[in-house]
Amino acid sequence: MTGWIILIVVLIIGLYILSKYNGFIVLRNRIKNAWAQINVELKRRYDLIPNLINAVKGYMQYEKEVLENVVKARSQAIEAKNVKEQGEAETQLTKALKTLFAVMENYPELKANENVLRLQEELTATENRIAFSRQFYNDIVMRYNAGIQIFPANIIANMFNFKGEEYFEIELPEEREAPKVDLGLR
Amino acid sequence: MVYDEITRNRRRSFLLLILFSVFTILVCYFIGAAWFGSGWGGIIFGFTISLIMSLVSLYIGDKVILSSVGAREVSREEYPVLHNVTEELTIASGLPKPKIYVVPDSSPNAFATGRNPENSKIAINEGLLKVLNREELQGVIAHEFSHIKNSDIMFATVVSVLLGMIIILSMVFRRTFWWTGRSRDRDEGGAGIIIFIVGLTLAILAPIAAKLIQLALSRNREYLADASAALITRNPLGLANALRKISGTKVISKTVNDAVTPLYIAEPFKGLDFKTLFSTHPPIEERIRRLEEMAYINK
Repeated sequence: MTGWIILIVVLIIGLYILSKYNGFIVLRNRIKNAWAQINVELKRRYDLIPNLINAVKGYMQYEKEVLENVVKARSQAIEAKNVKEQGEAETQLTKALKTLFAVMENYPELKANENVLRLQEELTATENRIAFSRQFYNDIVMRYNAGIQIFPANIIANMFNFKGEEYFEIELPEEREAPKVDLGLR
Repeated sequence: MVYDEITRNRRRSFLLLILFSVFTILVCYFIGAAWFGSGWGGIIFGFTISLIMSLVSLYIGDKVILSSVGAREVSREEYPVLHNVTEELTIASGLPKPKIYVVPDSSPNAFATGRNPENSKIAINEGLLKVLNREELQGVIAHEFSHIKNSDIMFATVVSVLLGMIIILSMVFRRTFWWTGRSRDRDEGGAGIIIFIVGLTLAILAPIAAKLIQLALSRNREYLADASAALITRNPLGLANALRKISGTKVISKTVNDAVTPLYIAEPFKGLDFKTLFSTHPPIEERIRRLEEMAYINK
């Protein structure tokens, strides 16, 4: 009788470990996939930018600086050597594109141009895709990290050496620092 | 917080579903006992017929509903923004891309259908596409994605099995009680008559009560879908603004029918006000209030 009980308990624990282990493996692969997805979206943006620049530069001769900023940020992002550098360059690129879109509002001819409108919509969509793919990456990392920290699954995570993954964060000094407020207290 | 709102609504629909199941089993047991003297017989009879009907509607219901409102599948070339917004949300939610339909109706509304994420479809009225900006459209599509993600079509099917059991048994009982009642008078004494009267009362009242529980569940799933949409887009105000626009337009729908009403993002305007208890959707002002609350606590 006791033999049976022990057998059943061991079986249940074994099944629990198996399902947790497989769950962690699945999540870890999804994290990898989500990271790859971010790069797919970034590539998409690199490819779209030259088209947009070509389409608008005829109209925007007096906005050279705005256009150059976009081109410069793009090539910096492509040439980045590590994740940190790339993150910084990408944030610059997002900013430069925002400025470009804002300036484009001043050119009614651009708003009448089918091709420009289409490219602008594609870039807006791509910006959202980038933001959402990063968000999705962080969502899965959160699930994975919580999964390996919660008791009793953390024992299994330790046993098989599952380590927490890092969140994607914006790597721009000025966006990281909390704004300094002088309250005038002496 | 968005997470709290989601947990609260999930717990609520779980409890309601348990309550509904217990209620259904009791009602069917009594009607079964009063009708042909076997409570379990009643439960099995009702369950079998209701399950078959619900499974049929689960598998062909989406096509029937889409064609009943005249929805047409649209390509990326025709509606590039709609396709783009949908694809963005497949990335945010991790779900496969649903098929996109447009309904030629100038009242602003939208719905999602399909038995699982792989077979999901989203349909949008032309009237809604006309009034929303990109951000609001994103909110609306995210709400539809949430119905898909929360398996609401499956959930509604389970609920309709329960509702169907009660309706079928009550109907059969009401139509046939005259002769079962008379044969019972002769066979048994007072106890038989009491069971019979309880059964008859249930057969009249239970379908109404069951319908009310189903509506409460439907409203609960709407709140849940709003909260999940806020979590997908991280922008509750997009959906809140869209709902405000939807409630502001008083265009009477030409295509709406009772089958599609519970699926819509907002209760279709029929020219008269609905009392809260009998509506498939919560009051739109309350939905906007909750979404705005999520937005302010997030920031």
